[in-house]
Amino acid sequence: MNLTPEPLAYELSRPGRMGTVLPACDVPETALPKNLLRAELSLPELDELTVVRHFTRLSQKNFAIDTQYYPLGSCTMKYNPKANEQAAFHPGWRNAHPLAGDAHNQGALELMYRLQDSLAATGGFSAVSLQPAAGAHGELAGVLMIREYHRSRGQPQRRTMLIPDSAHGTNPATCAMAGLDVVTIPSDAEGGVDMDALRAACDDTVAGIMITNPSTLGLFERNMEAIAKLVHDAGGLVYGDGANMNAIAGIVLPVELGVDVMHYNLHKTFSTPHGGGGPGVGMVGAAPVLAPFLPGPVVVKKGDAYAFEMPAKSIGRLKSFYGNFGVLVRAYAYVRMMGADGMRRMAENAVLNANYLKHRVEKTYKVKYPRRCMHEFVAMGDVAEGIRTLDIAKRLIDYGFHPPTIYFPLIVPEAMMIEPTETESKETLDAFAEALERIAAEARTEPDLLHDAPHNTPVGRLDEVAAARCPILCYRG
Amino acid sequence: MDIDKNARYAASHEWARKEGSDFVTGISDHAQHSLGDIVFVELPAVGKTIKKGEAFGVVESVKAASDLYMPVSGTITAVNDALSGDPALVNREPYAGGWMIKYTAANPSEFDVMLSPEAYEAEAGKE
Ligand SMILES: Cc1ncc(COP(=O)(O)O)c(C=O)c1O
Repeated sequence: MNLTPEPLAYELSRPGRMGTVLPACDVPETALPKNLLRAELSLPELDELTVVRHFTRLSQKNFAIDTQYYPLGSCTMKYNPKANEQAAFHPGWRNAHPLAGDAHNQGALELMYRLQDSLAATGGFSAVSLQPAAGAHGELAGVLMIREYHRSRGQPQRRTMLIPDSAHGTNPATCAMAGLDVVTIPSDAEGGVDMDALRAACDDTVAGIMITNPSTLGLFERNMEAIAKLVHDAGGLVYGDGANMNAIAGIVLPVELGVDVMHYNLHKTFSTPHGGGGPGVGMVGAAPVLAPFLPGPVVVKKGDAYAFEMPAKSIGRLKSFYGNFGVLVRAYAYVRMMGADGMRRMAENAVLNANYLKHRVEKTYKVKYPRRCMHEFVAMGDVAEGIRTLDIAKRLIDYGFHPPTIYFPLIVPEAMMIEPTETESKETLDAFAEALERIAAEARTEPDLLHDAPHNTPVGRLDEVAAARCPILCYRG
Repeated sequence: MDIDKNARYAASHEWARKEGSDFVTGISDHAQHSLGDIVFVELPAVGKTIKKGEAFGVVESVKAASDLYMPVSGTITAVNDALSGDPALVNREPYAGGWMIKYTAANPSEFDVMLSPEAYEAEAGKE
């Protein structure tokens, strides 16, 4: 990596420098309205070559799956096949316009219809909506559907959502957005939902439960059917957080475990890019009780033609037009390349890779729940006195690896959540495990090497505290 | 782990101490240490009545955001305004300058059933 820190475009700016020279004006000039002019808008002034070099150098400093290993837990940073990109770049898809009308977009509608079908089949859902743009957005869809379901049955007092303490922060945040109250359910000694606590919380205010299976601890929730039954018997519904579908796709049908509505992150399990924070797709699938409430429009087939339709009791639109279509093309390409058998092998290898890596890592690092893991596992970074997980994470960067997810899930102190994914070779897993072993040794012999890490990057350890306490959000000259 | 012997503790890591007729609450040294550098503390409005076990505020660190739970039911009489400018006070002096709320207790016997310093030390040491 080029280790020279890249200056800001503002610092490269020189007064009067330009990238383009416009031809002389051949129409009468009109002054811009005074009220639209502002004096304080300072933009950098740069020539074309400086701009090209600036952004190319920045891109070369980027850390990406295409350059390095990225075992970021709960994010499924698998390889995104280039065939997906080729499919999405096809001019027919690329140039489609949502306002061209359904008659001119039959191909696009057919792709969405087929993708709905395939995704419904992987979960056992009776219907699917491709609208939501991220996992958290899919959660919002599902929680609003559950809220609407209770209202439609004259039970608006059902406002409590049960959420295990191992859940991702988006689960309670989603409930807050939907105006529901959260009751946290503790985990038992095995890392599963504490059944006694769940039983005690199941009263007639319960709207439902949000459950992640496998959980964020990377553990299969063994009591899943009993959990769903308790909640259903209390009159509630079950939201399945499908962020961890990579461990079970092609093997388990969530609907058969009692899930009523669920999101999948297509940018995780279905190999679409996590590029720059988006765009993603958090499609939602529903069992028959909730299918009429799905956000819309969804694609239906009428005779030989495809059309958009709003589900009967839809919670409405969640996204402009029809979702992130380019991402849908990539996911569809992936689903077709994998097929049902390929999907199963994907999940099996994701679990195998995680268990292989766990087996090696747990010789040096504590693993809070030692039982067999699913697609990821949670280790602890306190390998030596005075060493914290943050130090391990920063030192891993020096070894050329993206750090795992750290300090989540919250119930494991000094958590280090490692998700290898199925697309990594044994050699990569071994190299990563060796790096962790060497760092653990350094932690004892040369702790400052860790405290001051990273060393091999354009900027060293960032002051995260100052960044959070007194953030500087724009260039001040 | 530093323990204030004059305080009593909740399993969720808040401490409470009697000061005159009021009670004072903050979070334990163990809690501030596991949270890491604290960057933000949200406290309730003075005059608000909050039941034991309900959230009275939020503490945010570089690692996580956590609710703060009322150890004893009561009505808020003062909050520590210094924390808005210097939230790290909670890291530096969890039992002194890093206090969070003062309140009059609705039911002071709730204080008596909180964990003793020794019991809390044993409990937190297990984590
Ligand atoms: C368990 C879990 N649920 C939900 C989400 C939210 O998904 P998204 O980031 O796509 O909004 C994530 C994301 O990392 C997750 O790991």
